[in-house]
Amino acid sequence: MINLDDIKSFFIEIGELSYFTNRFFKEVFKRPFETKELLNQCYNIGNRSFLLVGITGFIIGLVITLQTRPTLQEFGAEAWMPSMVSISIIREIGPVIIALTVAGRIASGMGAELGSMRVTEQIDAMEVSGTNPFKYLVVTRIVAATLMIPILVIFGDAIALYGSYIIEFIKGDVSFQLYFNKVFKALEFGDIIPATVKTFFFGFAIGLVGCFKGYYCSNGTVGVGKAANSAVVLASMLLFILDFIAVFVTDIFFNI
Amino acid sequence: MMKQEWHIQDAKPAVEVKRPMIKIRNLKKAFGDNTVLNGFDLDLFEGENLVVMGKSGTGKSVMIKCLVGLIEPDSGSIEVMGKNIVKLNQVELDDLRTDIGFLFQGSALYDSMTVRENLEFPLRRHKKRYAENFDTTELVTKTLNSVGLAHTIDLMPSELSGGMKRRIALARTLILKPKIILYDEPTSGLDPITSKEIVELMRNVQREYKTSALIITHDVDCARVVSERMILLVDGVNYAEGTFAELSKSEDEKIRAFFK
Ligand SMILES: Nc1ncnc2c1ncn2[C@@H]1O[C@H](COP(=O)(O)OP(=O)(O)OP(=O)(O)O)[C@@H](O)[C@H]1O
Ligand SMILES: [Mg+2]
Repeated sequence: MINLDDIKSFFIEIGELSYFTNRFFKEVFKRPFETKELLNQCYNIGNRSFLLVGITGFIIGLVITLQTRPTLQEFGAEAWMPSMVSISIIREIGPVIIALTVAGRIASGMGAELGSMRVTEQIDAMEVSGTNPFKYLVVTRIVAATLMIPILVIFGDAIALYGSYIIEFIKGDVSFQLYFNKVFKALEFGDIIPATVKTFFFGFAIGLVGCFKGYYCSNGTVGVGKAANSAVVLASMLLFILDFIAVFVTDIFFNI
Repeated sequence: MMKQEWHIQDAKPAVEVKRPMIKIRNLKKAFGDNTVLNGFDLDLFEGENLVVMGKSGTGKSVMIKCLVGLIEPDSGSIEVMGKNIVKLNQVELDDLRTDIGFLFQGSALYDSMTVRENLEFPLRRHKKRYAENFDTTELVTKTLNSVGLAHTIDLMPSELSGGMKRRIALARTLILKPKIILYDEPTSGLDPITSKEIVELMRNVQREYKTSALIITHDVDCARVVSERMILLVDGVNYAEGTFAELSKSEDEKIRAFFK
């Protein structure tokens, strides 16, 4: 059953989110740049997600290789393993799964952190003491996420390829050199560039939604939990939409 | 009287001519259908402690948030030290805010920062007020001393008790040496003994820093000790004004309800 109020609040939310995005672009280029806080946030994101991304990436590599291997074996095409696995990891699976994992961690973290700062009036206190809280808290976090998610994805991709190599080494006795030779031969600009570009958008979306939910948090501690929760849901949904758009656009430009 | 230069007054406070630090006229604010303030007036004169009392949810917090531009009123005028808050641009507003200390109802300490960083935070925008190679540590220590908590300088807010948090929050507002301090329920959530300490501290602050203070509370004991004048906020308007002694003797039902 679709509730009319739900639809209404959905569109209100889209409106507010675009206002929030607009405000971000207005303030991001204005002085003063909170460089110290930006670096602090970058470190936070990296530090919080490093291990998680490593483990996720490794498991992606193992699983994909294990599952693809028998199929290719049937056609006697094991030699194609490195190219196939690397293309699917770099182009699609790596960016999407790693961004989703990080979204769970970072968007909810930002939602909860800013949300509790809002309900305990810390954001108001900042404003009264002459620091623009939007610049200090929101802009730094969104920029940090935009810069850090691509780095985390590249890191996760590398670990995933390494995981895949381990399976190939155990099952097919492929050497490290041979494996990665094949990988780099298979990958083209048309795979790497669009896949990297879209991760910047993923990072932006994660930071934006986390901050948006936290910054407009209300209703005390209940609201903080809700902000954290709905930040993850909305961020994940946005990631899929962005990924769809990215694949669509890539298809037009690179005509693969 | 309104156009007097501020620094002349600062030099020699006159007893007769009372300069209004804050002047609110016909302030109105509603959230949707919920009318909170409905024509509220207030004058805060230089050097005085004015207490505003009102039941929970009558819009006391909304009123002082309007004073520092955190909430935009629907109509009415708010002048702080001769400047109309509503018409200021961001830079002018931030400048004016350095002269106003705001003690939030829940202390609002930044809980990801140490006590030292909390106190240094308001200074970041106002370094230009001080010399180039100005030593913040000394100022932070000195301000912490005036609330009696110098030993907490490297603790996190989560390691402090409610009363200590309130004092640190007060120190954070004092560090810029404001001319006006707005207290939003300085004693709420504290036990009677700690409340007394905070009230005592507020009086010390007034003596030491020569501030004017607007104090919001529903703590009768607090009001009796600190107030020089009181305003009772009922149904969005100032229902009654006077000293504590005058108001507590009143026969009016609504006024008596405050002092029971
Ligand atoms: N941002 C807001 N949006 C909507 N309604 C609000 C907002 N802020 C306050 N209100 C409403 O305004 C009314 C007055 O709130 P306010 O916080 O000023 O009360 P108060 O007098 O400070 O009470 P207390 O003594 O409990 O602190 C309440 O009904 C509250 O629901
Ligand atoms: Mg209040």
